[in-house]
Amino acid sequence: MYSEKVMEHFRNPRNMGEIKDADGVGTVGNPVCGDMMTIYIKVKDNRIEDIKFKTFGCGAAIATSSMITELAKGKTLEEALKITRKDVADALEGLPPVKMHCSNLAADALKAAIEDYYKKQKGKVEKQ
Amino acid sequence: MSTPKKIYMDHVAGKPVDPRVIEAMIPFIKDFYGNPSSIHSFGYESKKALEEARAKIAKLINAESPESIIFTSGATESNNMAIKGVAYRNIDKGKHVIASSIEHMSVINPCKYLKTKGFDVTFLPVDKYGLVDLNSLERELREETILVSIQYANNEIGTIQPIREISQIVHRKNAYLHVDATAANGQIPIDVQKDGIDLLTLSSNDMYGPKGVGALYVRSGVRIEPIIHGGGQERGLRSGTENVPGIVGFGKAAEIAVNEMQAESERLSRLRDKLIKGLLESIPYAFLNGHPTNRLPDNAAVRFNFIEGESILLSLDMMGVAASSGSACTAKTLEPSHVLLAIGLKHEEAHGSVLFTLGRQNTEDEVDYVIQIMPNIVKRLRAMSPLTPKELLG
Repeated sequence: MYSEKVMEHFRNPRNMGEIKDADGVGTVGNPVCGDMMTIYIKVKDNRIEDIKFKTFGCGAAIATSSMITELAKGKTLEEALKITRKDVADALEGLPPVKMHCSNLAADALKAAIEDYYKKQKGKVEKQ
Repeated sequence: MSTPKKIYMDHVAGKPVDPRVIEAMIPFIKDFYGNPSSIHSFGYESKKALEEARAKIAKLINAESPESIIFTSGATESNNMAIKGVAYRNIDKGKHVIASSIEHMSVINPCKYLKTKGFDVTFLPVDKYGLVDLNSLERELREETILVSIQYANNEIGTIQPIREISQIVHRKNAYLHVDATAANGQIPIDVQKDGIDLLTLSSNDMYGPKGVGALYVRSGVRIEPIIHGGGQERGLRSGTENVPGIVGFGKAAEIAVNEMQAESERLSRLRDKLIKGLLESIPYAFLNGHPTNRLPDNAAVRFNFIEGESILLSLDMMGVAASSGSACTAKTLEPSHVLLAIGLKHEEAHGSVLFTLGRQNTEDEVDYVIQIMPNIVKRLRAMSPLTPKELLG
């Protein structure tokens, strides 16, 4: 039911893990629904220098998490914010229709991580 | 230990057809095409085979007469016929129907349909093992209750219900007892007379017969209406020319079950216990779903905290093992299995469930292989999960 690309990312997920001193962290989904993911980013000169994920969920949830880390790594924050759910699904050579909504949360998690970064930066500026 | 290439442990979803069953069916696909309702010799050959199969199925469940076996297209039709057929025929007594909350969807949804037609339906709670609460059954039964539908055993968690006790309670209130034996038939002995069952659903494929065939046992004297109308076959209760090759295969499967059930069930129970013990002992935060002892011989339902069922199934499939899950992601909805929620599991616990159902071709080597590969599968997925406690990652 999954594309070869999805299975490849499921077998060998990229950038799996945590970043201890992350500049931004975004969590979306809920274990009650069966899918939950956290994205960690490290930002340098407005670019995503490092990115990692942790995911509880089905094959599609894990593959989309892995894929978004590949798509976002090295991009500026503005570019990264433009990555859509559809971009992630397309890069994975498609997802089963039933998975498009419930498990395709990675773009949202990345957005949440970047927003967290902006919020923290603003906090730092205000402190100074 | 050998590492077999492909291991099938999803017998609840579909079983291979026994080669002896195929052998018995072939003449009725190739040579005997007569309609059992025809008067000529072609028809007679088919009719004879049909009645022989009926007698074999009657013997499997100790029915009082072969005539009480009505052939259908499978368990879903049998369940629909039992519930809607009894409900519509007995409105003069009342419009109340009771079913357990862990019935198969082919019982739950006909009951919900009856609700839209003005019937009153009660779904009974179960305990943490999936056993029907007999006190609430007693409480919910009323003068207007016409039918109680309780499965013999559950397909997802394997729990076997105390059908004889249930029957006594139901009959004290003069209601009919329908029992869905789809998961249980061919695995544990069923005696409709001793058990006190009025209607019983049977499925061919669940006994290694062909798909697309089933039966409903209707005790003589039970008032029921047909839900399929036509030429009046099957005592007028199920119109349509009988699926003779399928029914012949079903009969052969029942005959084999009568002869081999006891030895095979003992063998499977040993494998099942080994599998459950092996998984629970080698993996932390792993738990059994369903009753520890009152369970079907083929059923090993285990859940693993902090991870999700479908990703476990995919990982198993990569290692050549086919199993199933009660997880939302494998179904068409977001909700986890109604059975797992009814036994009190939290959503996230239900999502982490995996169901191994064993069958005739499974060996001890295969069970050992699953016990060997499972800890690493769980470990890998837990390492990815944000829910896993730190101390487990070590």
